[in-house]
This record gives sequence, C-alpha cells and structure tokens, in this order.
Amino acid sequence: MMDWLGMPVAASAHAGDVDRLMVLVHWLMLVLFVGWGGFLLYVLVRFRRSAQPVAMHKGMRGSWSTWIEGGILTAEVILLAFFSIPTWSARVDAFPSEQQSTVVRVVAEQYAWNVHYPGPDGLFGRTDLALLGPSNPLGLDRSDPAGRDDITTINQMHFPVDRPVIVHLSSKDMIHSFALPQMRVKQDAIPGLAQPVWFTPTTTGQWEIACSQLCGLGHYRMRGFYTVESTAEYEAWLAEEAAFLLEQ
Amino acid sequence: MTAIPYTTDVRPDTGVTNPKLGMWLFLASEVMLFGSLLSAYVLLRSGALTWPDQSAVLSVPLATVNTVILIASSVTMLRAWTALTAGNMRQYRVRMGVTLVLGAVFLAIKTFEYSDKFAHGLGPATDNFLGLYFVLTGVHVLHLAGGMLVNAFLLGPGARMWRSDPRRFTQRVEVAAIYWHFVDAVWLVLFVVLYLL
Amino acid sequence: MRFFKYLVSTDHKVIGLLYAGTSLCFLLIGFALVLVMRWQLAYPGEPVPLVGGLFGVANAPGGIVLPEFYNQLGAMHGTIMVFLGVVPLAVGAFGNYLVPLQVGAHDMAFPRLNLGSYWFYLAGGLVMLASFFVTGGAANNGWTSYAPLSDLAPGHGQTLWLVGMGLIIVSSLLGAINVITTIVQLRAPGLTWFRLPFFVWAQFITSFLLLLAFPALQAAAILQGMDRLVGTSFFLPSGLAVSGQALNVAGGGSALLWQHLFWFLAHPEVYVLILPALGIVAEVIANNTRKPLWGYRSMVYSVFVLGFLSFIVWAHHMFLTGMGTTISAFFQATTMIISIPSVIILSALMLSLYGGSIRFTTPMLFALGFLPMFGIGGLTGLPLGLATTDVPLHDTTYVVGHFHYLVAPGTLFALFAGIYYWFPLATGRMMNDLLGRVHFVGSLVCMNLIFMPMFVQGLAGVNRRLWDGGEQYAHAQSVLSLNVTMSMAAFGLAFFQLFFMVNLFMSLRGGRVVGANPWQATTLEWSTESSVRAYRDPYVYSLPGAAADFVPQDQPAEPS
Ligand code: HEM
Ligand SMILES: [Cu+2]
Ligand SMILES: [Cu+2]
Repeated sequence: MMDWLGMPVAASAHAGDVDRLMVLVHWLMLVLFVGWGGFLLYVLVRFRRSAQPVAMHKGMRGSWSTWIEGGILTAEVILLAFFSIPTWSARVDAFPSEQQSTVVRVVAEQYAWNVHYPGPDGLFGRTDLALLGPSNPLGLDRSDPAGRDDITTINQMHFPVDRPVIVHLSSKDMIHSFALPQMRVKQDAIPGLAQPVWFTPTTTGQWEIACSQLCGLGHYRMRGFYTVESTAEYEAWLAEEAAFLLEQ
Repeated sequence: MTAIPYTTDVRPDTGVTNPKLGMWLFLASEVMLFGSLLSAYVLLRSGALTWPDQSAVLSVPLATVNTVILIASSVTMLRAWTALTAGNMRQYRVRMGVTLVLGAVFLAIKTFEYSDKFAHGLGPATDNFLGLYFVLTGVHVLHLAGGMLVNAFLLGPGARMWRSDPRRFTQRVEVAAIYWHFVDAVWLVLFVVLYLL
Repeated sequence: MRFFKYLVSTDHKVIGLLYAGTSLCFLLIGFALVLVMRWQLAYPGEPVPLVGGLFGVANAPGGIVLPEFYNQLGAMHGTIMVFLGVVPLAVGAFGNYLVPLQVGAHDMAFPRLNLGSYWFYLAGGLVMLASFFVTGGAANNGWTSYAPLSDLAPGHGQTLWLVGMGLIIVSSLLGAINVITTIVQLRAPGLTWFRLPFFVWAQFITSFLLLLAFPALQAAAILQGMDRLVGTSFFLPSGLAVSGQALNVAGGGSALLWQHLFWFLAHPEVYVLILPALGIVAEVIANNTRKPLWGYRSMVYSVFVLGFLSFIVWAHHMFLTGMGTTISAFFQATTMIISIPSVIILSALMLSLYGGSIRFTTPMLFALGFLPMFGIGGLTGLPLGLATTDVPLHDTTYVVGHFHYLVAPGTLFALFAGIYYWFPLATGRMMNDLLGRVHFVGSLVCMNLIFMPMFVQGLAGVNRRLWDGGEQYAHAQSVLSLNVTMSMAAFGLAFFQLFFMVNLFMSLRGGRVVGANPWQATTLEWSTESSVRAYRDPYVYSLPGAAADFVPQDQPAEPS
C-alpha cells in the first residue's frame, strides 16, 4: 500500500519513513474527503427543496462535529509527534561521523552543481574567491597540500551504496535547492549559509539531481546526475578521476 | 448626502470618534513597519561577523540634542492642543509655530549629520550598519516631514475651521498630536538602538 | 464625462464597482498570462498560436516563449492574481460595496480615504503592467521575489515590481483602516457584534491581517529597493560570485531575511484570500438553505483564532532552508493547530446545509462547489505542513495544486457566487440563470482537470517553475503527458469564462428586472429604508410561526 501515490523509487535508508508518513497523511485526507463528500452529497439530495419544502430552523443537533474535529486534531498530533518530528530530528540532529561517511562538497551556481570530493587524503583543499575562473569554478587552491588530490566534477556525483553520505551544500550566487528525489533529499543551497545534509543510499542506480528553487532563466535545465554503485565501482571511479587529474 | 456619524461625536459604546480610531489603527500598522525594519536590524546584526562601534561612527551629541528637541516639540504640540481646548487660538498659533520650528531644527541637524557622513565617504552602501542607519532614520524623517506638513496645514489654511467648527478643529489637532507623539517615540527607540547600543 | 465623475466619486458603492471592474480586468490579464504559460508547458519550445507574434522578439522570437519571458509570466501571473485580482475584488469591491450596507451605514467612515485607496491600487496596477514594456521586461523572480535573485536581477522590472507593491500596500492599508473603522463605529443601532453577518466578521479580520501584515513587505520592499538602487547589501551575504565574477558589494547581508519578511506578510495574505470567500459562501448558503447558519458563534471565534494564528506559521514555507528540530516542530505544530479553526468553519458551513430547503440557484451552485474544492486545498496542505513530507513535495507542482485549489476553484468560485448573488443589489437586474449554470459546470470540470493532475506530477517529483514543464527529467516522463491534459482544460476554462462575460454584459442591460429583495434575504444590505435599525440576528429564516420564511434584520418586532 506504499506505492499508490506514484512517488519515485525509494532508494535511501530514511525514504521508508518519509513515505510511510506520506501514505498515512494521504489516507487521512482520503478518509476525511470521502466522509465529507458523502455527507455533502447526502445532504444535497435529502434536503433539496422538493424533498424538504420547509427548512428546519434549528438544523443539526448533537455535538458529533466536535468529536470529529477532536479526532482530526488527535490524528494530526499523532502524525506530528510520532512520525514527522522524529524523522526530522534524525535528519538534522543525528549526523553520522565524517570518518564513516562519504563526504562531498556541493557548490551550486547558475546553472550547475560544482562537486568537490576531498580525494584520498580526506581533506578538502582551500578555496578562494580570487581563484575563481572558467576552469576552476570552485576557486580551489591546488597549491594547498590538502587540495592537490581533490577531485572536482560538474553535475556528476557518485556514492557507494550502504554508506552514509554527507553533502556540505552551499551556493555561490542565488538560492538553489539540491534535490535527489529517489533519496527523499531536498535542501536549499543558500549563499552565505553552510547547509549540511546526509542520507544513506540503499539501492544502486543512476538518477538525476534537480534544482528545486527558481534561480534564474536556466533553472529548468539545472540538472545533474548521480550514481549509487557498489564500493568497488565507486573506488574505481575515484581512481579514474584521480588518474585524470594526474594527466593534467 | 447625510453626514457620517461619529466624525466629531464619540460613539458611546466604543468610546472613540472615527478619526481617532483611524489614527490608532494607522499607528498599529506603523508599529509593524518600524518593527519589521528593527527586526531586520536585529537579524542582520546578530548574524554579522563584524559590526562597527555605532557610537563611534555616529555623533551621539548631535543625536542627543535632536532627542531633546523632539521631546520639546511633543510638549509644545500637546500644549497647542490644550490651548485650543481652553479656547485660546492665539496661544495655539504660537505653540504650533514653535512645534514646527522645532521640527525644522531637527531636520536641519539631521541633514547636517547625513552630509557629514557623505563628506567622510560614508554612505548606505558602506556597510549594513550604515545602510540600516540611513533606512531607519530616513523612513523616520519622512514620517516627521509628513507630520510637519499636516501641522503646517493646521496652522495655516486648516485653521480656518476654528471659526466654522471649533470642536472638530480641536479634534483634528488632537489626532495630529497623537501622530506627532508617535513619531517622537519612534525616534527615541532609534536613538537608543542606533546610537547607544 | 460621466465616466470621469465615477472616477472621483467618494460614494462607497461607486468605489466598490470601480474596484470590481478593475479587479475583474486584472483577473482576466492574470489568466491570459497563465494561458501562454500553459501552452509552453504542454508544447515546450513550440510557437504560441495566434498571439505568439505579439510578445516581441525580446520575449518570444518567432512566437516561442523564452525562459526569461516564461519566468516573467509566472511571476506576474502570481502577483497580478493575488494582489491585483483576488484581494481587490474580495476586499476592495465586495468589502466596499457590502460592509457599509450590511452594518446599516450610509457610507464608509472615511469616504475620501476610500477613493484614495482605489487610486493607489490603480496606480500600483498600472505600474505593474507598465513593467512589461521596460527593457528586460517585467519582474521574473517569482511572486515571492526571493533575494539574491531579485536583488541582482538586471533591468528595471523588479524595481517597478517593488514600486507597484509599495503602492498596492498603501492602498490596502488605507482600505483596511476604513473597513475596520466602519465596522466598529458605524454599526446601525441595535446591530450588536453578534448580530453582524458572518461576511462582515470575515472582512473585519481580513482587514486586520492587511493592516498588520503588509507593513512587513513594505519594509522588505524598502530594503530591497535600497539593495537594487543604492547598493546596500541587506540581502547579499559576503562572498557572492555571479557568473564567475566576485560581486563588488559590502556583503554581510542575509538571503533568508527577505524570506522571513515576505512570508510574514504572505501567510496572512493567504487568509486574506480565503476569509472573504468564506464570508460570501456563508451568506449565500444561509439564504439558499432558508435557515440560520449552523454554529455562527463558533465560526466567529474560529475566524479570530485563524487571524491570530496566521501570524505565527510563516516559516512553514521555509522548512528546507536549514531548520533545526525545535523551530521546525514549532512551525509544524502551529500549522496543524491552525487547520482546526479552518475545519470548524468548513464543517459549520456543511452542517448548515443539514435540514435546509436547498435552492440550487446559480450563486448557490458556486458556493456548494466551493466547499469540496476548498476542502481539497485544505487537506493537501497537511503533507506540506509536516516538515518530513514537505521534503519531497516542496517546490513541486503539488504545492501549485494545493494553493490553487484554495484560491481558484476555492476563492474564485466564492467570488463568482458573490457576483451572481449581489448583482441584483447593484443593478436591479438578475443575471441569466442558464448561462450561469453552464459557467458553473464547465468551470468545475475544467478546474479539476487543471489542478488535480498537479498532485500526481508533484508526487512523482516534478518541480514547479520549469520552463519546459519537466521535459528533461527522467522521473517526469511517466507523468509528462498530463501537461497536455492540464493545458487543454485551461483553454476549456477560458472558453467557459466567455459565458460569464457575456452574461455579465448582457444582464447589465437586459437582465430580468427584479424588486428590492429578490432572494428574500434577511441581512441589511437588502433593506430599502434610508436609516435602518437592527432588531435580531442576521439569519432568521424559517422561523416557526413567522408569517414568511424570512424575517429581515430591520423588521420591527411584531407588536404582541
Ligand atoms: C484559474 C485559473 C488559473 C490557472 C490555470 C493557474 C495556473 C497556474 C500555473 C500553471 C502556474 C505556474 C506553475 C509553475 O510555474 O510551475 C501558476 C502559478 C501561480 N498561481 Fe495560478 N492559476 C490560476 C489562478 C490563480 C489564482 C486565482 C491565483 C491567486 C489568487 C493564482 C496564484 C498563483 C501563484 C501565486 C502562482 C505562483 C507564481 C510563482 O511561481 O511565483 N493563480 N498558476
Ligand atoms: Cu538552481
Ligand atoms: Cu503559509
């Protein structure tokens, strides 16, 4: 009963929690809508003028509407307290340790995702606004020892499966929004703010990164790609990128 | 056309006249306007890495003088109104005139402060503190100037109403005074926030 | 010459009608803009038929809508619909025309201010329209104008947007002061607070929202204007680089400051869009069921609670800007709580039908259509108000579907109901019933065909504000063809609005002439007395033992 909403494949560890709540809410909505709709139809037929020439001045008696309102409030409180808040808290309060995760920087700009892997040393090189250039959109300082082995790509991300990923998100210019629909991840990339976001991919596949916040005329084409693959394949990709870096 | 009720008479069950209620409502929205600008100030200042020493950038003595001037003008404005309630038009003219002059002195000092900043190469684009300083005091100055226009009207052509409808005229002055006190109060807040804190 | 006289009249009825005429024009313009967008969404990159040549090479070379132009259309559709269409119609027109009448006053408390508020509105609207013709065209940063995008947008479109908004805000503030003062001060003798029609209550709270929320946007507009014109950095953080160039500004600003100020206005604004609609629907339902509203008092209390709570939910639009658990929990909780008074009002309106003797007149059809449509809009707000489910849905077409169910088949239907219902009050003539019914059925079907598929697309992850409707994205492919369905339905909707327009103009001249109280209503706007006094509650219908099935509020008690 999970997929009647037609959401994209759920491919991360927390996607199930998000989808469960999504389904529950939609069931609640459906029940309420069918209930109200049924009532509305019944009343319209039963109390049409020809069936009820004279209206009842007093109208409906009883307090069951209060009960329904109380019921809705209870349902909402349950959804909030037992589903939404815990899932949210797990996303923003319980970050995994960087040692046990794949750590990436993503710097959004009109209209591309600049991706920055720390390379074998696990350290991100220094970046500087003054170094920005067409071939160095991140402004990465290659003379910094930590930056020598860093791997950078544009619009391409790779993650090993079943290992947490931490993305340090930021933006150079406008507000963008970094969405990985299959991971149930979406986070605004706001200039001036560091926005970390994490998830654990659980299914391999190739999907797309979508910019979800209007960021200018090219917003519609601010599309990237991400691949979730086995650790071996991921290592191979890293090695390939590192070799490519050496050639230059 | 029938006259609109409660323009000069107090409605018994609400206890106000229409213009007075209108003015209070207007001031409620003004509170929200200045409140929004001030909350922008709070948010920007608390998020800033560096913030200049405000009292070093701005001239506290000049602002103190201006504060005294505005408070004095609030007093004269109030006394202008009490003169009317006592039926003394001549006294009203003097006191309203003083109120206007005090407002003008405030504006003159403010103009000097602004031009002094510009002369030292400081403008709204220098940093966010100066930006906020110019916006907040600028919006306040516009309010003050608007109030002076109304006061000038009530001193000049508007005063003719004293002969035709003294009660209504007195109430107009009262409503204008409420506004004037508000503008004064806003300045006090700005003085504390921009110069002293 | 006579027309000119109307433009300077201080009579609330004339001003109300001016507002009505102007805002209906703006609704039409806003709708026309979105039809162009819908064409582009269904057939991306194909020249717009018929009118494509009119937009100029800068916007649509060869009739093909450019992305820049698409964004202008989107931003201006939202702005025009909200600020120049629906609010002026709901508050400016209906409020102006009916509030004084329903409280038994001769005019608004400040007639000249009232005229001033119309002029500010018109000026704001004209500035907005003019902005299409400056270099770079109109504002194209969404109706939300998020900074830094709007701060740094080239051209003058965004600046004119700020000026236009400034004028509209002044207009709304003047209008709000007037409506509140009129209700507080000019209530007819005997018209105590709990004898006010629900419509008046709705206008009362709406005006408070306008009065207290709009200044936040005014402040924001001043700050953004400074950023754009004087070079301040209120919304520009340090270290920005645009198109690979470091930006030469002082920096130190905050991009989120704009969002806070904007949504502090804009959430109450959505209640400004729906409260008057609820008020209209309540009037029409009471009249067409021939019975009092069920739970009138609880409705009034709910409106108060709604108005108050609407000031503390704004950040539910900002869940994805990096919010911690506590703050997100607070805004989720307020959002869930605010749904309760809405549910109470909607339930009361539904329960009011029970026991009625329902007349399916044209206004009643629109009012009845409003109920389930508004319900869908409200219900789909739940997953958006829970931060966890907002993650996949935020900024997708699901959101667009959600708020349109509230404002299009929701508020617009209520406004149509109001127009059909009060047309005889303004003109002494009825609108044509058959045309009205066709208008209703056609609109109901088309509205659902336009907005229902948006939920399907949104759940599939299709983002909003995409020039090509999501064509490039793999996850959009399975639901892409719905774009054509929605666009066809939008053109169908346009077709059915012709029935309304023809009806409106024909009935002005040729509608059936009716007496003073054709709906046999109870509230004071139908009274023909020159000075009225209220003797009873607003909706005394079908009182057992009474001579007629309605007892007007101003009918003196029978001497017994
Ligand atoms: C009845 C016919 C209407 C249709 C067919 C329609 C359709 C649309 C469409 C297709 C979008 C663009 C979504 C996108 O860019 O992805 C949109 C956006 C919007 N509409 Fe409407 N709409 C209608 C009426 C209204 C009304 C009555 C209001 C307000 C009272 C309204 C307010 C908005 C707003 C605020 C936006 C967002 C604009 C933005 O992206 O900045 N619409 N509408
Ligand atoms: Cu983007
Ligand atoms: Cu909201």
